[in-house]
Amino acid sequence: MKADVLVISGGIVGCATALHLTRKDQRVVLLERDQAGIRASGVNFGGVRQHGRALAEIPLSFRSRAIWADLETLIGTDGEFTVTGHLRLARKDSDINLLQLHLQAVSLYGLNIEFLDRADLDRRFPWLGSRIIAGTYCPSDGQANPRLIAPAFAAAARQAGATVIEGAEVVAAGHAGDFRVETRDGRRFAAPVLVNAAGAWANTVASWFGEPVTLVPEVPQVMVTEPAPYRFQPVLGVIGGDLYFRQIPRGNVIFGGGQGRANADHTRSRPLPEIAANAAAEAARIVPEIRHLNIIRTWTGVDGDTVDGSPIVGPSATTPGLFHAFGFCGHGFQLGPGVGAVLAELIVDGRSDTDIHGLGIARFDGGR
Amino acid sequence: MNPRVVIVGGGPAGIRTAERLVAHGLSPILIDEAPRVGGRIYQQPPLAPGFRRNAAALYGTEADKAQNLTAAFTRIQSEIDYRPETTVFDISDDRLIALSAGRREEIAFDRLILATGAMDRIMPLPGWTLPGVYTLGGAQIALKHQGCAIGHRVAFLGAGPLLYLAAYQYAKAGVGVAAVITTASWLGLGADLIGMAAQFKTALKGTAIIAKLLSWRIPIVASATPGGIIGRSGVEALEVLVDGRLRRFDCDSVALGYGLKSESQLAELAGAQFVFDRIQNQWLPQTDAHGRAVGRDGLYLAGDGAGIQGADAAELRGRLAAGALLQDMGVARKDADDLGALRRWHRFRIALEQAMPFPSHLAKDLPDATILCRCENITAGEVRAAADQGLREINRVKAATRLGMGRCQGRVCGIAGAEVLAARLGVSVDSVGRLRAQPPVKPVPIDALAGDAP
Repeated sequence: MKADVLVISGGIVGCATALHLTRKDQRVVLLERDQAGIRASGVNFGGVRQHGRALAEIPLSFRSRAIWADLETLIGTDGEFTVTGHLRLARKDSDINLLQLHLQAVSLYGLNIEFLDRADLDRRFPWLGSRIIAGTYCPSDGQANPRLIAPAFAAAARQAGATVIEGAEVVAAGHAGDFRVETRDGRRFAAPVLVNAAGAWANTVASWFGEPVTLVPEVPQVMVTEPAPYRFQPVLGVIGGDLYFRQIPRGNVIFGGGQGRANADHTRSRPLPEIAANAAAEAARIVPEIRHLNIIRTWTGVDGDTVDGSPIVGPSATTPGLFHAFGFCGHGFQLGPGVGAVLAELIVDGRSDTDIHGLGIARFDGGR
Repeated sequence: MNPRVVIVGGGPAGIRTAERLVAHGLSPILIDEAPRVGGRIYQQPPLAPGFRRNAAALYGTEADKAQNLTAAFTRIQSEIDYRPETTVFDISDDRLIALSAGRREEIAFDRLILATGAMDRIMPLPGWTLPGVYTLGGAQIALKHQGCAIGHRVAFLGAGPLLYLAAYQYAKAGVGVAAVITTASWLGLGADLIGMAAQFKTALKGTAIIAKLLSWRIPIVASATPGGIIGRSGVEALEVLVDGRLRRFDCDSVALGYGLKSESQLAELAGAQFVFDRIQNQWLPQTDAHGRAVGRDGLYLAGDGAGIQGADAAELRGRLAAGALLQDMGVARKDADDLGALRRWHRFRIALEQAMPFPSHLAKDLPDATILCRCENITAGEVRAAADQGLREINRVKAATRLGMGRCQGRVCGIAGAEVLAARLGVSVDSVGRLRAQPPVKPVPIDALAGDAP
């Protein structure tokens, strides 16, 4: 099958890229191994946060946030996106320094966050436990339902005219004039442009084009409680990243922290009980009122971590026409819609106003 | 060092497993969720004063079996590490994670026998979430455990032997029985006599129970199509279609159930492989004839948790699993396996399932507004809409609709959800998959998980 652009993998990044490309009149074929949106894109924590990001990600995060604001127009659903604010919390004195450094840095970009000392926190979020000594609050952040968002991007891409093929596992790709891609069941596809959005498995694709990077599997473990009265509005995170927490209006509290365990080829993962116990203990220290709620489910997903903790987004350093978008380190949910827009601009227009120069694959050793 | 052998479940299968292991010099840990052994089938009343019914009153024709089983437990109790009121909610590698007295504990094992039993299998109908509607098993346990009835005038609706037994037990206890209504046919009850004959005495007991119900002039209605449970704040009537005619039975409560489903979540977390059983119409963990699980060495499954065969078969299956474990450990066995008896129970079960099948056919015409998942209030219409959007697998439908995402984690709604999805897609129910088990298999309080963390 011939197309303008081939996209490998139907997570939120691949589907958003396919959607934006299709809106720019490109013929897109997206090849998804299983079903669109069922891996990390569909099972992540669901935070939609600009707050606390590495500086190199911030312009992309802003771009994405603008798309989130009008998601319903783009994909036909808001996916339960709610602007609830995001609180980043300090548990020790050195954390406060990090909060303030970040506040100063992002204010140069124009992100509005405010510093809250313990007295401020007591006034506004009196349910926070005593171990929290300060925080910064980003009012424009929020949360959404990953189970709905990723499949909705796939459906929207399809509706816009992209060919989304599920059950098509790419086993080989090469470049000879066009990019040529083969699936496990022997189907062949060709296009002048290839997008590698294969998530935890993207390094295999990068290796086919001579630019492997170090990508460590990340298996975030999340759990959910039974519903309780809606009380905890902002999404919570802590310096160190070992706990994240939100409550949805229907009452369930969702929190995570620590890593589950993935199988050898990273296609399956499972929660670990000691990690669940640690996360529960830390969540109960940060929001003591949840102590008596029941946990009803625990889950995990697999993403890939780069060495510097930021994703790889942009053109290949070895092969013209190849674009990477992977290694999201668990940040891909908020960034995904923006990544799709920026890649579509790079592919079709050859440029984007969104600055992603710090996210290129060439910053890693294996990139050349 | 002695191998750590752990049995989960203190019903007929678990006790007979423990008994045979003890007879060969092992001292297993026996974990049970209930405060007293016996499982659901031989559930004992609370130890608190005031519950003083004898075995004959509690268990009727099965009193001897119940007494034999508890006597067997009493004989071995000092030889085993018995842990009542302990709920295993996760299995990770070679550790069970359990909740006991509000605390999380880990129990390591080298070999594990799961005898986790079964629960009611439900096909929803309009009104089934009204107060006063119970599962058949729940209605029976209320009576057996605490001498309570679910109402003054109870309608029994479903299919399977428990339908008649529970109605009989209620009537005998002096509770008004409005009707016994089954989706199975009279013809089905008479069919497959050869299979029934495999357990002649049990089949005869069933016939006697039905005869007794008839002699008490309790209406028994076969080949019925459930219409709905009527009421505003509670149950007022049950409506069913029989021969194209709507019949209304006034009642204040309904006991509902269509046979049993295996409680197999722990087997899944332990690593057992699953296969769809066409006779029982459900996904079951795979074992060999002795109960060795396929998919994980050192894991054994016994009793109704590994496919429904009933309490008598559970005792046999417990002994067989113990035998398999002893053989795998290289222990010389002093007694013989009885596979022949188990085969007769298996034939009997096939006959029962054919005579009193799960009413899959109802899924197709269930009104859109009927709630399937009562934890999350998800209707049949929502599942059908997901199917119409192209979802063909039950876990994807779960992700899209929330079906099976609530407190019970799909233990109640999973089977009916799959049936409604399959009916909408026009495919067989096994092709839509099964809800995957995720820990915890029962809700666990955060403070129990967190333990003593400051």
